[in-house]
This record gives sequence, structure tokens and C-alpha cells, in this order.
Amino acid sequence: MLQTGLEHVESQESFESLLKEHENVMLCCGRMGPMCLPVYDIMENLRDEYPEVAFRDMDFDGPASHLVRRLPEVRSFTGLPFTLYYKDGKLVEATSSIQTRSQVTSNLDRLYRNGG
Amino acid sequence: MAHHYDVIVLGGGPAGLTAGIYLGRARARTLILDAGTIGGQTVLSYSVANYPGVEETSGRTISQTMLKQARGFGCEIRAYTEVAGMDLRADPKRFRLGDGSEVTGEAVIIATGGVPRRFGLASEERFVGRGISYCATCDGDFFTERPIAVVGGGNSALEEALALARYASKVTIIHEFDHFQAEPWIIEEVRGNPKIRFLMEQEVLDFEGGEKLEKVVSVHKKTGEVSATVVDGCFVFIGYVPNSGPFEGVVSLTERGEIRTDESLATDVPGVFAAGDVRAKRYRQITTAVADGTIAALSVLESLREKGR
Repeated sequence: MLQTGLEHVESQESFESLLKEHENVMLCCGRMGPMCLPVYDIMENLRDEYPEVAFRDMDFDGPASHLVRRLPEVRSFTGLPFTLYYKDGKLVEATSSIQTRSQVTSNLDRLYRNGG
Repeated sequence: MAHHYDVIVLGGGPAGLTAGIYLGRARARTLILDAGTIGGQTVLSYSVANYPGVEETSGRTISQTMLKQARGFGCEIRAYTEVAGMDLRADPKRFRLGDGSEVTGEAVIIATGGVPRRFGLASEERFVGRGISYCATCDGDFFTERPIAVVGGGNSALEEALALARYASKVTIIHEFDHFQAEPWIIEEVRGNPKIRFLMEQEVLDFEGGEKLEKVVSVHKKTGEVSATVVDGCFVFIGYVPNSGPFEGVVSLTERGEIRTDESLATDVPGVFAAGDVRAKRYRQITTAVADGTIAALSVLESLREKGR
């Protein structure tokens, strides 16, 4: 179970309603490990700066994680966390392993702010 | 107008946070700045079992407790704050932050720590998260019954190789020297593990593959023989480099880029101190960083008293 300040996606229903209700979604699927924790922290830190983005996390060993694990876009991933960016319900970017704040903001600007 | 502090601490790892705790308790107006997450490399430790007085816990838990303590004693702490410019020779010391604001301080403690050493190969970046990893505990189970390599020859590399041998079909340790720099008992365990083989005196030249990593290419440093080790994963543990780039040409550095300090942890620039992994010293542990933070804070307080502040 994840212990972060982010809202968790824990079921297929909550995953589907998240994508239905929010135009821009950044979802981090991981564990409470050293490569994952900094990404959760960055997401929490960016919430005020990017109010147009819904920041969520998902337990990699939780019941909803098959929704991420089965995606063809993550087939080659071997490093947690898997971070997914959705636009209008569609997966538009996915990254594997730890990310810096500038890598995350660069993706957010490019995907949701037309380059920033 | 610049906001003024008694002390500005650069870096929010165990050295910086400990300095903050001591400075805050002494009622020095203290600002801790960190370009990343608070906690430094400690956050990257899954488990810490050798911190005296604390039973086995995670690096994150220790960092969060230190953060709470420093804040509780009145420190202002800003994560994800870039320093765009600084003048450490000025009195007071001046800093321009990434958001354009300015802060000044009577004294400065540099506690910017270290960063994991990378090969600096473009192919390394390409395969991070697609075969290359820096955390065995996080990513080991992606390689169950698959061949992997571990690069490095210190305690971390060999401990992680042993942990990974539980998952992997085969582990090849690739190391630059003809001997390991680890504790004898770890070397003995590694040598006795039938799943582990060794490629010594190697320089890693490249990582190859398609969508995922497929080979680690290395060359024997004496014979020039090139090896292509077929793997699904490669775990890299080749040490740390001090995060001292911004201070080059400002304070005295060793040839390894570590900041030189005296016994009070003062640098050669008046009013500038250094603590933790960024400074020249033999042992780098959370406990030694905490000791450094304490010494630097007490030395700063003494220097402020001498200055009549």
C-alpha cells in the first residue's frame, strides 16, 4: 500500500472515472522504493504549479496495476516507477525509472501546455 | 529586496538537515535550500540498519524525521529550489534563486552531497529503465531467471550482486580492477555463489540493444580483448561524485572535486563551511554526514559570535 500525499488509484472503476473526468492525468505506478519516492514527492510538489493536471499514484502490486502492466507501451520497461501521462483519456507518454523534476516538468509542459 | 538570514545551508541531506537542527535550536535564522527532494541520497536507501539509536528503518523515514526536527526548530526549508547565481566572497553572501528572488546570509554551509557516478555514455541514458538500473531491490524481480550484469566492485555492488543472484539465472560482475574494494566476508560470499561469474580489469565501452538492453560491451584494460556480455539487465554501482561543480574556482577543491576543509569544516573562503559527502574525507555514511552537520553548525555559530551577530 502506498503512503504518499497523492490520491491513489486502487480499482478499475476509479481508473476509468479518473480518465473520464480529467483531461490531463499524470499517473505514477510504483512501490515505496527509493526510485519511486522522489517521483511521488515531485508530483506532490507540482500540484499547485499545474492545477490543470490530475496527479495520482497506483500501487504496482495492487489490484488495479494490471491496467498499467498490460499496456504495450510499458512492455520494454524494467525500472520502477512506471509514469504515465494521459490526455483526453489517451496514453500520450510513458517513462520508466526515477525522473528528475525537470524531466517531469518538461513532459508536462510539452504535453499539456504546448511546449510551455 | 533580498531576504536576509544568519545562515544559508545549501543541501537538504542529513548533513544539511543536522546543521539546520543545531542552528535552529540556537535561534539562528536559517534557510536550507535544495535543488531536489529533501533527504539527499538517504532517501535512496531502502533500509538503514546501522544508524545508532534507531532500529532498522527506511532512508525516507530518517529523512522525514530530520526534516520535521529542523522545521520544528524554526528552519525555513525549500525543496526543488535552484540557485541561479551566488557570490560567496561577498559579505553578506548573496544568492540569486531560480525564481529571480534574492537571499543573503552571514555564513554558508555547503552540504550538497554527492551524486551516483555514471559512465557518461549516451547508450547508458537510452537504456535506463529498459535494462539499466541503479536499484536491485526496486527492479530485481523484472529479471527473474534472466541473465544480468552488475558493474562495480565495492560493498554496494557486491551486496546487490548477491541479492540479485536470488532472482537472476546468472550474474556477471564486471569490475575495473583485478581485485574488489569490499569487505572480505562479502567477497567470500560472492566468490562462493555458483550463479556469479567475474569479468575483471574491464572498461565498459557501450550498452547495446534494441527496445531493451541486450549486451554490455567491455574491454580488458591490459590485453585489449573486447567482451560482449549478453544480458537482459545491468545494475550499475560505481560510486559517487561530489556535487561541487558550482563551487569550482570559488573554494579550494581536491583533484577529485571534493571541497577542502579544516577541522572546523571551514573552507578557504571566510564564512563558508562544508559538510557531508561534498567535502574531502575518507568515510561517507549517514552517521558521518550527521557528525559533519553538527560540527559545521557549531563552527558557524562560533564564527557568528566572533562577528558580533
